Amino acid sequence: MTEAFRDRIDIALTVNGEAVEARVPASRHMIDFLRLDLGLTGAHSGCEHGVCGACTIHVDGQAVRGCLMLAAQADGAEVWTLEGLTESGVIRDLQDAFVARNALQCGYCTPGMLASAMDLLEQGGIPDRATIREHLSGNYCRCTGYEAIIDAVEGVAKARAGKETA
Amino acid sequence: MKAMAGGYARATDVQHALDLLAGADGMGRVLAGGQSLIAAMNMRLSTGDMLVDISRIADLRGVTVEENRLRIGALTRHAEIETDPLIAEHAPLLTQAAGHIAHAAIRNRGTIGGALAHADPAAEFPACVLALGGMIHVQGPDGTRDIPAEDFFVDVFETALEDGVILTAITLPLAEASEKHLLRETARRSGDYALAGLCLVKRAAGHRLSAFSVGPRPLLALAAMERLDAGDIVGAVSALRAEIDPTGDTQASAAYRRHLAGVLLTRAMAEITGEPA
Repeated sequence: MTEAFRDRIDIALTVNGEAVEARVPASRHMIDFLRLDLGLTGAHSGCEHGVCGACTIHVDGQAVRGCLMLAAQADGAEVWTLEGLTESGVIRDLQDAFVARNALQCGYCTPGMLASAMDLLEQGGIPDRATIREHLSGNYCRCTGYEAIIDAVEGVAKARAGKETA
Repeated sequence: MKAMAGGYARATDVQHALDLLAGADGMGRVLAGGQSLIAAMNMRLSTGDMLVDISRIADLRGVTVEENRLRIGALTRHAEIETDPLIAEHAPLLTQAAGHIAHAAIRNRGTIGGALAHADPAAEFPACVLALGGMIHVQGPDGTRDIPAEDFFVDVFETALEDGVILTAITLPLAEASEKHLLRETARRSGDYALAGLCLVKRAAGHRLSAFSVGPRPLLALAAMERLDAGDIVGAVSALRAEIDPTGDTQASAAYRRHLAGVLLTRAMAEITGEPA
């Protein structure tokens, strides 16, 4: 049965709403596939072992680590990166809040922060700051000290719930 | 760094996966959620693996109650365990544990079968299954086998799973009405591996206590359990500290982990009995 193992695998998936077909090496992880093969550099490659969160993308409606998923596993999947999320406008308010609150400096962690925060915001309600902090605990930021990021997410949650008074 | 796999094949069912493993010349490696395996591959801790991707095998997923036991398919993800109503009712220890495992994005892909087969001594689920007295179900070329959790965890990253065999499910006894489950751990940051952790189960028949991150494998703390059954919490703390075998690293010294395990037990018992520690 060894002939069933392949070192290059054909995959068909949708990325940011567009159909994509590709032949990928068995070792290729999703982030290198998106960045190097498709030229989608929105999601960043950081630690490549699941610790930093810079590579967070959405696969089949859930936030996942792009470095801990092989491209070969994405056959049939629906993948969204920051490019698609930006174009579709679903996180426009969150992106505006990041700018308004100065919730980024170098910007390396920002795509992952947005992808993770989007998950939490989609659950609805107004999460308290501890919940936001916990949800973003898998996303490292070495610039901001996190407070402005928490402010931004909290502000958007309140605004979406229609309770923003500021 | 970049992974260096030997090959990849997507299994359509368990038999197909077993055939693939049998044909992999000893290099076969089961890929489920990949949250530990792909990290290890990226760091080149594991190279040349012939990956057998079992993640699409629907039979290996889901939570049911069968013959008065809770059955959890190997591919059930941490995020599903965190919110599953059957698990919350019949094995709330796992619900508590899931919240401690890494971060949301990792819980969305990591699987309970993968966590058990990987057998990281710092992982929560192996210790939970041990404390609950669970059974681990495996399937290989020679058929199926049921391995009690007590016999499953052998050493660091080492289990009773033989080459070419797949972990298919775990089953657990249903929690009694008055049963209490408590998982307590201390980590430096949320989502980090615990410096020390405990799973405590109080049943009508007595206490069950397991410890993780304090030795080469999760430990069922038999001497401490005997002391807890006798109502001797102070004695149980001493027994637990004598039973565990922590090592020191950059996160914490062995002495600190040993101390911490006792503190966690004191606090856990205070919570269960409602009396201040």
